[in-house]
Amino acid sequence: MRRVLALILAGGHGKRLGVLTEKIAKPAVPFGGKYRLIDFTLSNCVNSGIYQVGVLTQYRPHLLNNHINIGRPWDLDRKKGGITILPPYLGGVSGWYKGTANAVYQNIEYVDSANPDFVLILSGDHVYAMDYNDIIDFHILKGAEGTIACMEVPIEEASRFGIMITDLEAKIIDFEEKPARPRSNLASLGIYVFNWNFLKEYLTKDENDGSSTHDFGHDVIPRMIDESRRIYAYRFSGYWRDVGTIRSYWESNLELTRPIPPLNLYDRHWRFYTQTEEMPPAYCAPTSKIVNSVVSEGCEIHGTVENSVIFQGVRIGENTVVRNSVVMTATNIGRDCLISESVIAERVNIGDRVIIGQGEPAPSELDKEVYNDRITVVGMYSRIPDGLLVGKNCVIGIGVTEKDFTSNVLHSGGYVLGKE
Amino acid sequence: MRVLGLILAGGQSEALGPLVSKRASAALPVFGKYRAIDFTLSNMVNAGIRKVGVLTQYNPRSLMDHLGSGKEWDLDRKNGGLFMLQPYVSQEGYYWYKGTADAIFQNMTLLRRGEEDYVLIGSGDHIYKIDFSQVFDFHLSNGADITLLVKELDESYNLSQYGIVELAGNRIVSIVEKPQEPKTKIGFLGIYFMNKYLLMELLYNYVTKGEVDLLNIVISQLDRLKVCGYMFGGYWRNVKKGISEYYRINMDGLKKEIREELFYRHGKIYTKLKDFPPPKIGGTALVKNCIVSDGCVVNGTVENSILFRGVFVKAGAIVENSVIMQDTVIEEGAVVRNAILDKEVLIRQESRLVGRDSIAVLEKRAVL
Repeated sequence: MRRVLALILAGGHGKRLGVLTEKIAKPAVPFGGKYRLIDFTLSNCVNSGIYQVGVLTQYRPHLLNNHINIGRPWDLDRKKGGITILPPYLGGVSGWYKGTANAVYQNIEYVDSANPDFVLILSGDHVYAMDYNDIIDFHILKGAEGTIACMEVPIEEASRFGIMITDLEAKIIDFEEKPARPRSNLASLGIYVFNWNFLKEYLTKDENDGSSTHDFGHDVIPRMIDESRRIYAYRFSGYWRDVGTIRSYWESNLELTRPIPPLNLYDRHWRFYTQTEEMPPAYCAPTSKIVNSVVSEGCEIHGTVENSVIFQGVRIGENTVVRNSVVMTATNIGRDCLISESVIAERVNIGDRVIIGQGEPAPSELDKEVYNDRITVVGMYSRIPDGLLVGKNCVIGIGVTEKDFTSNVLHSGGYVLGKE
Repeated sequence: MRVLGLILAGGQSEALGPLVSKRASAALPVFGKYRAIDFTLSNMVNAGIRKVGVLTQYNPRSLMDHLGSGKEWDLDRKNGGLFMLQPYVSQEGYYWYKGTADAIFQNMTLLRRGEEDYVLIGSGDHIYKIDFSQVFDFHLSNGADITLLVKELDESYNLSQYGIVELAGNRIVSIVEKPQEPKTKIGFLGIYFMNKYLLMELLYNYVTKGEVDLLNIVISQLDRLKVCGYMFGGYWRNVKKGISEYYRINMDGLKKEIREELFYRHGKIYTKLKDFPPPKIGGTALVKNCIVSDGCVVNGTVENSILFRGVFVKAGAIVENSVIMQDTVIEEGAVVRNAILDKEVLIRQESRLVGRDSIAVLEKRAVL
């Protein structure tokens, strides 16, 4: 048996998710009714038989730490190996993680103590089901020093990814991180296998390079390829999503409500594990009308739910309609509301007769980069007063209270932020 | 105050027919994701009890599978935790548990060891939510030797199936098991609280003389000890009383006030996790007044029913007034009314199962 250790990069901010990641790390963002993003990668690890996992955290780690805890839901509470959370620390090289490569570099001692043959570098914010044994087998078969999982993407989206060009043997001969003019559509999925000694050599080289940004995609992998090392591309054909933007977050959640969703959560042989609060099953009242939706434990649904993902413990009042929306854990929606094309975060309280997501779309007055679609987002712990009318592409921040609203209309593109 | 919890989960029940052919009544699935024993066990854990013995005898496999190491109840511990107490063979021969008192007597080691002062004895068959710390306070402030939980039973209970209690103030003056003509409407709920050493004394004294039933021993002490009745006002039902009672309990889960009481007051009810994804309700589905558990996929019509985890109701199927247990599949065009379907049942296309005068029951893995 080859020894494999997985390192999950979970320190990212995920700026483009706006208020959803204002207070929590991106891997802790809720997904699919009961999960958080990191659950998919963690479950892939244990389903692939990898029981030694390090999670590198940095940005707002509390919720993530709390979620992972000792790794019990994933059977990662073990005598040997198991899960280790690796925050930045003092007394070593430098303190804060300067980039993905630097984060691994700072934990060389941790990896060395496990003495693995291969290190699997993963990202904590992707949604996919992958048997890592396949990529490791491929890596061994090719006699590679490094292997990068990749997938063909539409060429117009290619400039969002690390793009590679391979020879006929799948050896990577060129690699560009987020190129303005991509020369291929073979995109890196941010899933790497390296021989540990080989990786250590390059991490050290990278650390000593003053001009490096210490990032795998920008610096370390291009350097390996420039020096003609044996780096191969493993083609992955399953479902994989980087829910990096509000639009893609909303879309990939709603994909789960389709008759045959591209990501199969129901595969008994490839379960996704998570840490959840104990709640009774969902209750659908006589007045409820639910179609094409995912409705989780602890929900009490009295209204209409269409094409939506409803997380645990959500209560939806009578005569309320929730359509094409994502409603996160323990949010309470009153009566006679209409919520459409919205993402409502955790523990929000919405009063009666509230309308969200109606009107003509307008550009965001808060941040055109992040809020560039028609989806309205409500941050966690906010309280929405009765009778409020909210347009499209609006932002209601975290912990906003009734007093923060100056009128009972928030026009499309508008925003209300809470007072800190 | 240190309390040892004991849960009686060994009894047989003919009234439950096929539902208990492969499981103990304490392992009966209820409300979509729970087993009957979860309620007593969670009540005990919520009251701070850290050591619980479960006395099993009849068909224990599914019960033991469910409880495992007690992890879900935080009972996988170095000190205390969960003890499964099975009858066993020893050098002196082998014994089945002959009664409730005998079962505890045979596991005297658990009582003798450990530093608990009190014992709380419950049953794995009861569905209720209680704050046991109030019972403890009641016991101490009344200076009781033994406290029994009692409840005023309304007409929905068949009084001749319960132990009927006569009270004078808080004190119990008589208990009659399953009387033909009950004198009062106050029933004994099968839950005992007493000093551990008193219990040991009673067991040593009476079980050795052939009295194997704990309630009979308590009855014989009514004029010698101070036996008090703690009046419980909440929801309490016993799954063991028969199929119609079992069905009724599940249907009670559709009532808001009962869900609020059982699941949202005085702590949570814990159960074995199954890691199913959230249920999906499809475009052709009609779901009204239902409990829908994780892992379900519903494309048909479901009304006034309880769907357990992993149930699949296909398009065009109709399910009404039914209890559908885990991993059962109801295919296209099938009709199920007034029925209890056990786990992994398959109702094939266009088949009909309709309970008319009584509830129709299909046993585990049946195919229709």
